[in-house]
Amino acid sequence: MKDINEDIAWAKINQDVLKSLENPRKLYWVIVLSALAVFSVGVGCEVYQYNVGMGVANLNNPHVWGLYIATFIFWIGMSHSGTLLSAILHLMHADWRKPIYRFAEAMTTFSLMTAGLFVMVHIGRLWQFYYSLPYPNERGLWPNFQSPLLWDAMAIFTYLSSSILFLYVGMIPDLAIARDNIHEGWRKKLYSALALGWEGTDRQWRNFRVTYLTIACFLIPLAVSVHSIVASDFAMSQQPGWHVTSFPPYFVAGALYSGCAAIITLFIILRYVFRFEEYMTLPILKKTVRLTFAISMVWTYLNAVEFASVWYSHDEASKAVLIQKATGPYAPFWWGMIFCGSVVPLVLAIKRFQTSIPVLFVVSLLLNLGMWLERWMIVAPTFSHGYYPWTWDHDQWPSLVQWGMVLGSFGWFTLLFMIFCKVFPSVSMYEVKEMVYHRKLHSKKSESQGAH
Amino acid sequence: MSQRHILALFSNFDEAEAVVKELRTSQIKGFDVDKDMVVKSPIEHPEVEEFLGDKPVYVQWFTLVGAVLGGLLGFFLISGAQANFYAQLKGGKPIVPLPPNFVLTYEMFILGGVFITILGFLICAGLPARRSPLYSAKVSEDQIGILVQVDESAARALKEIFTKHQALEIQEEAGK
Repeated sequence: MKDINEDIAWAKINQDVLKSLENPRKLYWVIVLSALAVFSVGVGCEVYQYNVGMGVANLNNPHVWGLYIATFIFWIGMSHSGTLLSAILHLMHADWRKPIYRFAEAMTTFSLMTAGLFVMVHIGRLWQFYYSLPYPNERGLWPNFQSPLLWDAMAIFTYLSSSILFLYVGMIPDLAIARDNIHEGWRKKLYSALALGWEGTDRQWRNFRVTYLTIACFLIPLAVSVHSIVASDFAMSQQPGWHVTSFPPYFVAGALYSGCAAIITLFIILRYVFRFEEYMTLPILKKTVRLTFAISMVWTYLNAVEFASVWYSHDEASKAVLIQKATGPYAPFWWGMIFCGSVVPLVLAIKRFQTSIPVLFVVSLLLNLGMWLERWMIVAPTFSHGYYPWTWDHDQWPSLVQWGMVLGSFGWFTLLFMIFCKVFPSVSMYEVKEMVYHRKLHSKKSESQGAH
Repeated sequence: MSQRHILALFSNFDEAEAVVKELRTSQIKGFDVDKDMVVKSPIEHPEVEEFLGDKPVYVQWFTLVGAVLGGLLGFFLISGAQANFYAQLKGGKPIVPLPPNFVLTYEMFILGGVFITILGFLICAGLPARRSPLYSAKVSEDQIGILVQVDESAARALKEIFTKHQALEIQEEAGK
């Protein structure tokens, strides 16, 4: 089965994608309104926490990070999907990525925006946020440049701004198509401004290709560095359970894993909502599923490596944290993580499920639940079983305010993402045309060689 | 002599390529293929570059300069700030510690590289740009456009070549 119908007319590609900007199914509005409602809960919780103080979040020693930082890591991880599909697969000339990479890039951008919010939220005193940036205070003192927390701020800023530019540059030819085909109105003005006068000249395409490739090359090490730095927030501390050498690759694998799972979820939603059945095809979904399965196995392996290195290190404090994860109050969540992250993906190895939309939708949600639990299981158990015995009886469960904020972040992300897909083409028109053109050319060549 | 702009639209790359090849060999007076012709296409097509001939791209030089400047700026910003700490006791630790500074230098290296690459792209691709004297929305759909600027005397010969190669549409406008 072919990834895409090679006989599809280029004009039809334009029409189908541009139609998605104006005429989605009703489910679109249901999702947007639900996301708005959920986001409002998060805003309400933040306003309450801001007015009353951090006590309402039930964040206190030893549990100083709670769900906020766990969710922060989750969203940073989610952002790796765009880099994987856009940059890595672009360099590998995997052209099946073309119909789906745009929304993955948008996911990257909005995940990072969501993650950034948690940095501010967990501080409590929002006005102190500036101190995590490389900027001196009124006494001329700069932040500690040796702290991974400051590296985090810089890495996320670099990743966010680069991702936005990458997304925008890759969209310029499509914005020109939209400009040429949309009737008068605010959309026409918006697309005209953003298309920068693009006309598809040979000079523009030549420079475009080099630019896109160059930024893709930058984004790959950048994405790796971002999540390695997030891992350093933990691994460079002396806390039991965190001081593990394999944390950076473990974090990067987890990031790619959750990103891929989210791509499957959003693939299924966008395919239905915007009637993209001809572009987001089942063979492409199958390839994404196989990629996700491969990454899930890497993640499972690195998980095992982490457990083994803690177990055989004979560091009693780290060992105690590991035992506590498996048998203590967090055990249901820890085993849930193992189940969702390592057992559920085995479904993806079964051929008939690789194109089953209902099964994949449920599985992808479970995978992401597993990846969220993973982050929580990194943060919470160590705080509740540190070197000091006084920490051992402080099982502070996250308050409803924390849960509300976590929920709100999903609303915020969904809202931004769905608005983006309604305003900008979520399928790259010019790249789908390229894909169709080159595949057709390749088929013709194969046929003529076969005839001889 | 007054100039004219002519835009011819073709349904496929083969026709466009044939036109460019003929324009190269035809030696029309008052028309230089390398200077006076622009090919517009709906997709990035490596074959277009092949039949247009090698044209240099300078974006990567912007990248190099941006990345190096970004890295230097990052390192010296951090080191400069740390050097101010001479007044404070450092407990025997280095004033400018290289391993941790490398991380931020690396991030700034990438940040500078990406930002200046984009700037280079805009400069090299001539963006933002005003619309060409002749433009057809069909180019963003499925047709290949060849836009030429010629002396009025050569316009007729060019149009004949376009027609010979089954141009779908020919637009013409007086230039400056």
